[in-house]
Amino acid sequence: MAPVLSFTGRGLYCPAGDFHIDPLRPVDRALITHGHADHARPGHGAYLASEGAAPAIRHRLGDIRIETLPFGTRHRIGDATVSFHPAGHLPGSAQIRVEAGGEVWVVSGDYKTGADGLSEPFEPVRCHAFITECTFGLPVFRWRPQAEVMAEIDAWWAENRAAGRVTVLGAYSLGKAQRLLAGIDATAGPVLAHGAVEAMNAVLRAQGCRLPETLPLTPETRGRDHPGALVIVPPSAMDGAWTRRMGPVSTGFASGWMQLRGVRRRRSMDRGFVLSDHADWDGLNSAIRATGAERVFATHGYTEVFRRWLESQGYDAAVVEHGAERGAGLEDGE
Amino acid sequence: MKRFARLFDALDRTTRTSAKTAALAAYLGEAPEEDRLWAIALLSGRRPKRAVTAGKLRDWAAEHAGLPAWLVEESYPVVGDLAETIALILPPPQRSEERSLSGWMAWLETLRPLEDEARKAAIREAWDGLPATDRLVFNKLLTGGFRVGVSQKLVTRALAQATGIEEPRLAHRLMGDWTPATTTYDRLILEDDPQDRLSRPYPFCLAHPLEEPGALGLPGDWLAEWKWDGIRGQMIRRGGELYLWSRGEELVTARFPDFAPLLDHLPDGTVIDGEILAWDSAAQRPLPFAQLQKRLGRKTVPKKLLAEAPARLLAYDLLEAGGRDLRERPLAERRDRLAALLGGLPPEVPLGPSPALGFDSWEALEDLRATARERRAEGLMLKRAGSPYHAGRKRGDWWKWKLDPLTVDAVMIYAQAGHGRRATLYTDFTFAVWDGDALVPFAKAYSGLSDAEFAEITRWVRQNALQRFGPVRQVPPQHVFEIAFEGIQESPRHKSGIALRFPRMLRWRRDKPAAEANTLADLQALLRRHG
Repeated sequence: MAPVLSFTGRGLYCPAGDFHIDPLRPVDRALITHGHADHARPGHGAYLASEGAAPAIRHRLGDIRIETLPFGTRHRIGDATVSFHPAGHLPGSAQIRVEAGGEVWVVSGDYKTGADGLSEPFEPVRCHAFITECTFGLPVFRWRPQAEVMAEIDAWWAENRAAGRVTVLGAYSLGKAQRLLAGIDATAGPVLAHGAVEAMNAVLRAQGCRLPETLPLTPETRGRDHPGALVIVPPSAMDGAWTRRMGPVSTGFASGWMQLRGVRRRRSMDRGFVLSDHADWDGLNSAIRATGAERVFATHGYTEVFRRWLESQGYDAAVVEHGAERGAGLEDGE
Repeated sequence: MKRFARLFDALDRTTRTSAKTAALAAYLGEAPEEDRLWAIALLSGRRPKRAVTAGKLRDWAAEHAGLPAWLVEESYPVVGDLAETIALILPPPQRSEERSLSGWMAWLETLRPLEDEARKAAIREAWDGLPATDRLVFNKLLTGGFRVGVSQKLVTRALAQATGIEEPRLAHRLMGDWTPATTTYDRLILEDDPQDRLSRPYPFCLAHPLEEPGALGLPGDWLAEWKWDGIRGQMIRRGGELYLWSRGEELVTARFPDFAPLLDHLPDGTVIDGEILAWDSAAQRPLPFAQLQKRLGRKTVPKKLLAEAPARLLAYDLLEAGGRDLRERPLAERRDRLAALLGGLPPEVPLGPSPALGFDSWEALEDLRATARERRAEGLMLKRAGSPYHAGRKRGDWWKWKLDPLTVDAVMIYAQAGHGRRATLYTDFTFAVWDGDALVPFAKAYSGLSDAEFAEITRWVRQNALQRFGPVRQVPPQHVFEIAFEGIQESPRHKSGIALRFPRMLRWRRDKPAAEANTLADLQALLRRHG
């Protein structure tokens, strides 16, 4: 019997339903876990995504043919049955369950197990085989509770307000930025959002996410007009020309990679906050246990090390070969 | 310890010197005296011998965290720092215990005599009592090494802010091989014990690199001499004893018994700044640096080596004569007194002047500089004739005008991730030259590219690695880099038969295909010319 999913040059493929999941190259039919660029790529004939993930995918990819499914709803494609389940990575982000020939496989997409107050919380799905990301699949990655990190950010912002500095916080524009907006005490001062962030704010607000009010950062924005402001920007815009119009600033960055001093120092930010939308070491291990799967495939991250660890824990473990390593410091990393 | 951990965090968090100085000054103003002394010691590189090997510590941490040792080993290159790796994997503490920095340093001493099992138990117990924030610092105390971008100058400045004592005076007091075991904060910093003063060297005056001497004004205002390729040293004769210090503030008297006879020839109260070299007395010039290097690794020197690579000090400057500090006198006057002093020595002593070079124009000096390699020098030093002997690196009076490096174009064949700040980038590369159809590795280099270039090459390595050997990636021989180096030596220990001095990447030759990189024969030709 053919496996439920096989690994091809185009990505994960389901022969029973003749579709791909998060394919790397253009295919006829693509099931997409979430809207980040390394999962939702342009050029596919037809898209299927969760209801909550579709607006961001549409926003980023423009005019595509996309159908949606509510979480938990079973849908038949050829000889396979698929359904989407919350992955907790960002609002609408999904794990995809595929059942064919009596066997169930689950593709995790990107996920985190801790609730972030904005995304639908991660839901363990029982399966025979689990394809798990492992971006932070080393025991050096362990997150502290979100509330503590948010309090740290609030305190840093307060310090900056007192010192007459504008606070510039770097965060990925889809997901992390909104999680921060929802998690900090946004009543403490004016909050500005860079164009890329503001666009995603609008998309998520339209689908019902409750986010505090933000002002757009424009070429006319001057720091002196917004004393004590917090500005949320994507990493690529952190040292753009606009910072010179802000007056004195303090810069910070929120990412799981900030766990490592080396990465923090290389970023040469004033502050690094450890806040990730991926599962940490304990999260990965507990999520895998909860699936009840015997076979586990590691992808996206420290795959070989993580595979060896899983094998030592009694799993039938393998690596999904994508040909490239992922690592800290890449702009598309998280 | 909490206070010191906070200081460490503050120093680590910022790259701004002013912020670091303020954090350290605040610490030095409020910490207990014994802790202050330890903080100064640790930040100026005076760390105690490590109490446990890195391998054992890693294994014990793995055991404590319930993880297999191989997994911790695999995590280490990602973090790039063992103390940090361990701090990150340990389970949450069981209780909270507060002990001062000096308390922990004393505790470290009690570990030394213990058997492994007892030492392991003591360390595991300590881990259980330490809050997560203190564990990194604690592990650093165990493994040694506090690289948080704090220079001696910064320590001195912070201490000056905290005590109100002038910087140059403090810089001098902090010199030498004191440890918190041999002195106290009061004695070292505040009282300046005369007994300690006897062996203490002056802070070395350091030079800035010079591109081009045109802007320096009249040649007649300057003294030029060779920039010798040895170890900077300070020879002190005081209180009937002879002391030799290296620039790294290491007392190396015992490693250079060659100089012992000078005790009889130098008057008491003499301090000379110079260059320690291995000397070819037949040719009256230095031996290659590699010869001197053989002597550096050893505490005691076998007779054979003493004969093969005898040491000589070429004197640059006279800092003290008749017990009087001459550093504020003009260089020209100090040089005259140095010449008089050295002129009275018998010819067989291993001490002579570093000669002043005559020149009447900058062009003439440039021609002279071009011959530096033949003299086994790295280039020239230019010193303003009227200048005092500064403490540390001060712009304007001392310049080093080095030779342009030798270069070859080489093919990158292996890449390895860096450490610390660069742990998640591939920054350490192995380079090869062609020998027929084969590539022969001949050098490793890890500096010279911009952050953006390292990021780009890292992406390329991730996508194109052919094979992995632990942390090392074999890559397709595709990228050519211009490798610069200061010297070239024959070396039977290397596959290529060649060893380079200070190799680094000068630029990424994107314009050159791998096939056009240099050959082993090219390297051998350089060796014949410059080796």
